Amino acid sequence: MSGIEVKNVSVVYGAGTPFEKKALDNVSIDFGSDRVVGIIGHTGSGKSTLAMLLNGLNKPTEGTVLLGGEDIWARPKEISKVRFRVGLVFQYPEYQLFEETVYKDIAFGPKNMGMDEENLDRAVRNAAKFCGIEDTMLEKSPFELSGGQKRRVAIAGVAAMDPEVLVLDEPAAGLDPAGREEIIGGLLEYRKQRKSTMLIISHSMEDIARYADYIVVLDHGKVHMQGTPAEIFHDAERLFEASLDLPQVTKLFVELKKRALAEETDVYTCKEGVRRIKAIIEKRLTGEANA
Amino acid sequence: MLKDITLGQFFPGNSLLHKTDARFKILILIAFLVAVIAAKSAWSFLAVVVVTAAFVALSRIPVKIVLKNLKPLIFILVFTGILNIFFYKGETLLLHWSFIKIYKEGLIYAGFMMLRLVCLVCGSFVILTYTTSPLDMTDAIEKLLSPLKALHVPVHEFAMMMTIALRFIPTLVEETDKIMCAQKARGADMESGSLLKRAKALVPILIPLFVSAFRRADELAEAMECRCYHGGEGRTRMKQMKSRFSDWAFLLLMMVFAVGVFFINGYGVRV
Ligand SMILES: Nc1ncnc2c1ncn2[C@@H]1O[C@H](COP(=O)(O)OP(=O)(O)OP(=O)(O)O)[C@@H](O)[C@H]1O
Ligand SMILES: [Mg+2]
Repeated sequence: MSGIEVKNVSVVYGAGTPFEKKALDNVSIDFGSDRVVGIIGHTGSGKSTLAMLLNGLNKPTEGTVLLGGEDIWARPKEISKVRFRVGLVFQYPEYQLFEETVYKDIAFGPKNMGMDEENLDRAVRNAAKFCGIEDTMLEKSPFELSGGQKRRVAIAGVAAMDPEVLVLDEPAAGLDPAGREEIIGGLLEYRKQRKSTMLIISHSMEDIARYADYIVVLDHGKVHMQGTPAEIFHDAERLFEASLDLPQVTKLFVELKKRALAEETDVYTCKEGVRRIKAIIEKRLTGEANA
Repeated sequence: MLKDITLGQFFPGNSLLHKTDARFKILILIAFLVAVIAAKSAWSFLAVVVVTAAFVALSRIPVKIVLKNLKPLIFILVFTGILNIFFYKGETLLLHWSFIKIYKEGLIYAGFMMLRLVCLVCGSFVILTYTTSPLDMTDAIEKLLSPLKALHVPVHEFAMMMTIALRFIPTLVEETDKIMCAQKARGADMESGSLLKRAKALVPILIPLFVSAFRRADELAEAMECRCYHGGEGRTRMKQMKSRFSDWAFLLLMMVFAVGVFFINGYGVRV
């Protein structure tokens, strides 16, 4: 599977007007392939701008976007092909639904790709399944659904195009905890099956720590840090500089360490946290028993 | 790309025209329009051009921007010019070639018409559009039309509707941009194909746009109700409109000018 990479890209909005704004400044990131990359950064740091660069909705003012080693803007006429290979789900995508039925809406993207009937049906049903859309829902009007259900339909609409790279701009914003788990979990499952690359933009450190193999931190349009979750969350000071925070469970272990109850703070997911705490309790119990 | 559309095109500033009360500006504009349309002779046209130039100077808006407004008008200008040159029947024949007859009066008339159009557009832009914020404008229209309330014309509601519409134009433009991007990400092709195909490609944009416009309207109505909005009855304003001596003087001057044009019409070349 082809990897995606940006090299020295800068994006300037409104060049030459009084409202000129450099949203990305000489950013180079290799997102790699077959992995989940988390992108974090505070509001206005350029995350959405970066997402729109990757599928050619934004053209970099400077620099190149490489998909499978090729510049996506080498043949500007064929940019729509890139959009099928790099699927982008926007922030609050539920407002883009328009078809009569959920099925037709999910089929919109694949149809634009020119998929034949048989493959189309398979792609739609498959994407619907992974996004947690029941078969009975497929024949409903998208406007009758709840906000969370609409979100699923919109995400399925992009996933059905079976892109090599799937970029999700805050897929879980404003959803209930069970819902976010289900949507992201389903997508991860889907990704594993396809061996595709997934980029998740999120404000939730917990989600990122839990799902990402690699993390990119943006700050004021620049790459502030990048590395594995352990590398990123280990350097809390630097993370704070970008107005970001540690996952709650890591913070818990920082406090525990202050009180000499834990030795390490390299805990980033709840699962790991539970395991460590159990170990600590057990150790203390056996210690007491020995004493 | 869509963001480049600006409606109203208000240029914030501090010139005399910016400071003049919006109600007076509307009246001044009416007087100005009367003068421009009434002008018939060379001298009166000269006066109109001088006054228009004076307005442009007063507004302190760069001449380049004012002239840019004429660009879309070029076609109409040329068209009016040619039509008048060829079809105006006068007395002094200048050129006669097979069926084409050009009269001196036709040339003059064409010149006058083109001048009139240019002055009309430039004048109304600098007097009102460029120098008045959309909110001031709707307030002024409401005030000027308020006598009609006696005839049960819903003047306040009308003005409120206009204010809301103006307020939501940028929001809707932004929304359209977003929806367009989202559908493009799903492979919607809006730039190529036959006219029919392109019209069809608008459906995925228009439907979400309408849905969100209705949703916004609903939300706004609810928010207004929550703040006890109940129409114009007994409603006061934060920014009171106050007329100053200079506003009256300005208006009076313009009225004198409009009347003056009728007198000058008697002098100079005319058609
Ligand atoms: N279409 C645009 N025109 C002009 N400026 C823009 C545009 N889109 C974004 N910007 C500016 O670029 C900067 C980066 O915006 P971007 O949307 O990428 O931020 P973000 O990291 O996605 O923020 P959030 O977390 O709030 O979604 C912001 O300062 C924003 O004001
Ligand atoms: Mg964003």
